[in-house]
Amino acid sequence: MNRIKQKLQEDNPPAGRAGKILSIYFSAGYPKLNDTVKIIQDLEKNGVDLIEIGLPFSDPLADGPTIQESSTAALKNGMNTALLFEQLKDIRKSVSIPLILMGYFNPVLQYGVEEFCAKCEEIGIDGLILPDLPLDVYTEEYEPIFKKHGLINVFLITPQTSEQRIKAIDDASEGFIYMVSSASTTGAKQGFGPEQSDYFERIAKMGLKNPQIVGFGISNAETFQQATKKAKGAIIGSAFIKHLTANGVDNIGDFVKQIR
Amino acid sequence: MKSYHADERGYYGEFGGAFIPEMLYPNCEELRQNYLGIMEEPSFKEEFHQLLKDYVGRPTPLYFANRLSEKYNTKIYLKREDLCHTGAHKVNNTIGQILMAKKLGKNRIIAETGAGQHGVATATVCALMGIECIVYMGEIDIARQAPNVARMKMLGAEVRPAKSGSKTLKDATNEAIRDWINNPVDTHYIIGSVVGPHPYPDMVARFQSVISEEIKNQLQEKEGRENPDYVVACVGGGSNAAGAYYHYLDVPEVGIIAVEAAGKGIHSGESAATSALGKVGIIHGSKTLLMQTQDGQITEPYSISAGLDYPGVGPMHAHLYASGRGEFISITDDDAMHAGLELSKLEGIIPAIETSHALAIFENRKFKPDDVVVVNLSGRGDKDLQNYIDYFKL
Repeated sequence: MNRIKQKLQEDNPPAGRAGKILSIYFSAGYPKLNDTVKIIQDLEKNGVDLIEIGLPFSDPLADGPTIQESSTAALKNGMNTALLFEQLKDIRKSVSIPLILMGYFNPVLQYGVEEFCAKCEEIGIDGLILPDLPLDVYTEEYEPIFKKHGLINVFLITPQTSEQRIKAIDDASEGFIYMVSSASTTGAKQGFGPEQSDYFERIAKMGLKNPQIVGFGISNAETFQQATKKAKGAIIGSAFIKHLTANGVDNIGDFVKQIR
Repeated sequence: MKSYHADERGYYGEFGGAFIPEMLYPNCEELRQNYLGIMEEPSFKEEFHQLLKDYVGRPTPLYFANRLSEKYNTKIYLKREDLCHTGAHKVNNTIGQILMAKKLGKNRIIAETGAGQHGVATATVCALMGIECIVYMGEIDIARQAPNVARMKMLGAEVRPAKSGSKTLKDATNEAIRDWINNPVDTHYIIGSVVGPHPYPDMVARFQSVISEEIKNQLQEKEGRENPDYVVACVGGGSNAAGAYYHYLDVPEVGIIAVEAAGKGIHSGESAATSALGKVGIIHGSKTLLMQTQDGQITEPYSISAGLDYPGVGPMHAHLYASGRGEFISITDDDAMHAGLELSKLEGIIPAIETSHALAIFENRKFKPDDVVVVNLSGRGDKDLQNYIDYFKL
């Protein structure tokens, strides 16, 4: 079974976690080119449930300055798709939690969608998040390829996504739905207001078949708790990257402990 | 018959579409569902054409360039978009889009600009309508297009520098898209070229199609025929070219010539010649030809002309290139600058450096004496005076 599905269906989460998933995003090749594997191992060791490995892109439309800068730095460090696959080739010898690659569609297209998916399967990647690969293009052109290689494609919804479209996305999804917390690019903000609570509530009431994991704007224990009151889990990206910028790959455990 | 126009999903052959993050989906979808209907509304048409006539100054002349024709031994007509209010064709589109934004109930406008022509045209229509306007512009372009920055400020727009990447048009576009993601409800993004996710390439091409519509009528009057032998235009993103080609796309006897910026030479590493250097890829929400690394990272382009300094082309142009319908030629900075100076001396018209690339075609490609060649003179060169001064040590 796909590790993402398995993780989300766990009946007995470790004590004190109350079933809420903590997912961490970071840009591969940042802060240093060869930090990727150590970051993944440390995140798992410190109880993170799911990891999103960012494949850096030169023009990341959906990202705020923190992730954009880490992507730019990773590219300058020499990160590229082939190298990331090379770094990850033995990752399953030491890490068992679900791993997702997150990036933009153009680098995947250039690598070759089929080749990319085959490589993911070979390594043991469980899913992909490609924000600019549209739902209809995915279902018409790429779904059979993703499925053949056991990859879950994670779709995003936002507060502006219509109910009808959320249902279509739920139908096309497996694993979980990435629920973008507010109309924004990535980057931590100060807490969530009543508008977000209403949105979290509204989605929870829809009774979707896939659980939702909230992303964008989660930076600490407080926002993590707010975001996961109604949702299955939450994703932290920019705040973790800021931690890496300040501390390098040391003290990853300290960061995770601050969250829950 | 094969059509070179967008299909209903915004594809030109294999190019086009809407490769956008979910955060942009509602905005683009709202526009997609409404743009054709709004453009057909009589009140929209009437206001659009009235403003084009009384405010922009259309129709722009189709001028027979006597001395230029003599020199190159062919019949050259210049479509004088430089005589539009604000000095370039860009205003045709911004008038259309500001009316569209009003119909959609938007009260905040964002735009990106390279040379500043689109920024000025957007700031102008926002002033005209009393709507807030924010223009994103690469830091480098802000430096090389100072007069246009001043114009935008005088017109009440806020000019926000894009500081990432190459600090030019591509990065300004990224910043504008991010602004739109953060302001999805009240904001309309006026894209200035035939790029971006569907329906922008088609919508912008339709607004610019007034250019070829006028060429047809004017040529009928001057030559007794609607169709020239060739239509020539410069292509960065490609909006002036899309407008000049529009009514000729499906008329195979009219040759379509697209002129791209070769910069310091196609293979110099400092170029913006997308058709020569690009591969199929995705930029700013559209599948098109794109300059990129083998790994799919978008390459930083270069051209002396800020308006052509873009690593992609609109999907219509990608299709014209890939299908062979269009002839694509790249012109270096040097050839373009000399063609600009030549037009100034021969015809008393100082062209924008973007247009100078199109004009350089005559040194690089032979035409027959009785060929009728229409060059779209997309903009005037006032904004580029400092570049001309520096280049020619005037």
